Amino acid sequence: MRRPWLAALAPYLWLCLFFAFPFLLVAKLSLSHTVLAIPPYAPQLDPGEGLAGLRAFVRQLSFETYARLTSDRLYLASYLSSLRFAAVATAILLLIGYPIAYGMSRFAPRTRQALLMAVILPFWTSFLIRIYAWIAILKPAGLLNAALGVLHIAPLSLLDTDAAVIIGLVYAYLPFMVLPLYAVLERQDERLIEAAQDLGCAPTAAFWRVTFPLSLPGVAAGALLCFIPMVGEFVIPDLLGGSGTLMLGRTIWTEFFANRDWPAASAVALVLLATLAIPIALFQRQQAKVTA
Amino acid sequence: MDAGDHRAVTAAATPLVRFEGVAKRFGETVAVDGVSLDIAQGEFFALLGPSGCGKTTLMRMLAGFAQPDAGRILLNGQDIAGLPPHRRPSSMMFQTYALFPHLNVEKNIAFGLVQQGWDKARAAARVEEMLSLVRLEGLNRRRPDQLSGGQAQRVALARALAPGPQILLLDEPLAALDRKLREETQLELKALQRRLGVTFMIVTHDQDEAMVVADRIAVMRVGAIAQVGPPAEVYERPASRYVAEFLGEANLFPDGAGFTLVRPEKMALSASATPGALAGEVAEIAYFGDRTRYVIRRAEGRPLLVSRANAGPPAALAVGDAAWVSYAPEAAVALGS
Repeated sequence: MRRPWLAALAPYLWLCLFFAFPFLLVAKLSLSHTVLAIPPYAPQLDPGEGLAGLRAFVRQLSFETYARLTSDRLYLASYLSSLRFAAVATAILLLIGYPIAYGMSRFAPRTRQALLMAVILPFWTSFLIRIYAWIAILKPAGLLNAALGVLHIAPLSLLDTDAAVIIGLVYAYLPFMVLPLYAVLERQDERLIEAAQDLGCAPTAAFWRVTFPLSLPGVAAGALLCFIPMVGEFVIPDLLGGSGTLMLGRTIWTEFFANRDWPAASAVALVLLATLAIPIALFQRQQAKVTA
Repeated sequence: MDAGDHRAVTAAATPLVRFEGVAKRFGETVAVDGVSLDIAQGEFFALLGPSGCGKTTLMRMLAGFAQPDAGRILLNGQDIAGLPPHRRPSSMMFQTYALFPHLNVEKNIAFGLVQQGWDKARAAARVEEMLSLVRLEGLNRRRPDQLSGGQAQRVALARALAPGPQILLLDEPLAALDRKLREETQLELKALQRRLGVTFMIVTHDQDEAMVVADRIAVMRVGAIAQVGPPAEVYERPASRYVAEFLGEANLFPDGAGFTLVRPEKMALSASATPGALAGEVAEIAYFGDRTRYVIRRAEGRPLLVSRANAGPPAALAVGDAAWVSYAPEAAVALGS
């Protein structure tokens, strides 16, 4: 390479273009206020007015929208509700995903490849279509109730409930939980389990004293990989949740498109980002520790 | 062979472990083919053989990690077929040590004690005892990845010995160490075994290691035992050509249907013609410090190996010189085919 600094710069340029610049736009928006105009916010920066124009522009920016976020209980409720949905779904994902990943890692290498494909296969279909399919399953006259009817069990009305959102989240994010868990479990040294058994552990004790603690990096990776995007999830609560289902993704959408309150939508998004920065930072620290 | 004979008698009296016609196959491959073997209480026993001879499989069956397809394994006279690994009174030291990477040295050593429900104070005292036994005092809090190869090997040994096993199984325990450390550790291992009086069973492909540490050696060949005996007996009186060639170097002279064996160090080398000596020419000289090995090429037959201790002045022989090789009749051992 003739100019190595150019190659070193490339990722930073990329980051500026696709992360820092949009982020600054959103940050600027969140400090604006709504007006009945197109676009529906003010102030606008007019580059023609030069430095004076910039000074006037900055003077008009305010943290008023953020103050509104704290005064209106709806926003706080929506944050808490999103975190709760994500936490419950993450817990269920761990309970389902761990046995799947563990089971997969116990098979012969050839079978493992096939099982891995089965986990990844749903990605080949559109995410939206897969969530729509859940509507067909969960709706009152849907597949689930038809199956329950055959078994003479009273029908369930799950669609448009919080339960349906949890089902959708668990379904959609399962591969993100299974894959990191599988990655740690698959490369675990079989000899360690044998050593534990040799030192008096029955298979269950060997699991809890050796396999599980050694898989904790995978547990953390899977949990954060699911939790972080689930907090901001929009499509699943919108399609499967009821009108009372409060999730941030929906709140942002409503502010933006229904209320035409772009500053509020931006402020909510930024607070969400700030909240998620903590688990993201934790995740990266933990990843660094694993690779070290 | 005096000490060896004595031990052989004890082995016959009260075997701690008895393999009875044990066989094991993996698919089409026969790993162990009808092995019968007794291991005495307090003995240091070596299973020696090239890789793939079934020695590790035999040990893993004793530990409970593999089940025999045929035959029985008796421990103190009891068939242990139904016992899972965690209920067997044996401990294994793995070739890769298999230290638990998430636990420090102290917790690795205490692992088996915790599982047996030792109370904290007693377990802590035992850990200290083990640490001083393997001379690793003060390393309690080290993580396995902070240990040198030799230290990790000692921790693995301490961990396996801590619960007080009836028999310690060592699977190529020194293979990962460099040569000097390996030779030191062999002597330490032997001294440790003698001090503790615990029965040790080692699996190794290294003939020197087996001879240094073991009271008795079983030489294995493709799933079967070729010969069992004290090191000196197996070396001096090999039962077959395979054993003769696997342990040390051998000069073999065709002799009717079989062979006559003469070990290189039992050969005498002379630069002048001696009556009855085998004439040849020095083809190669390898200097080992303590001894020099000569390869003597003859007009016919295989080249002869002669090993000469460098106790006195060096022999005045160079490559290409004529040389005469002789040996005392009692140095020759008749072998079957």
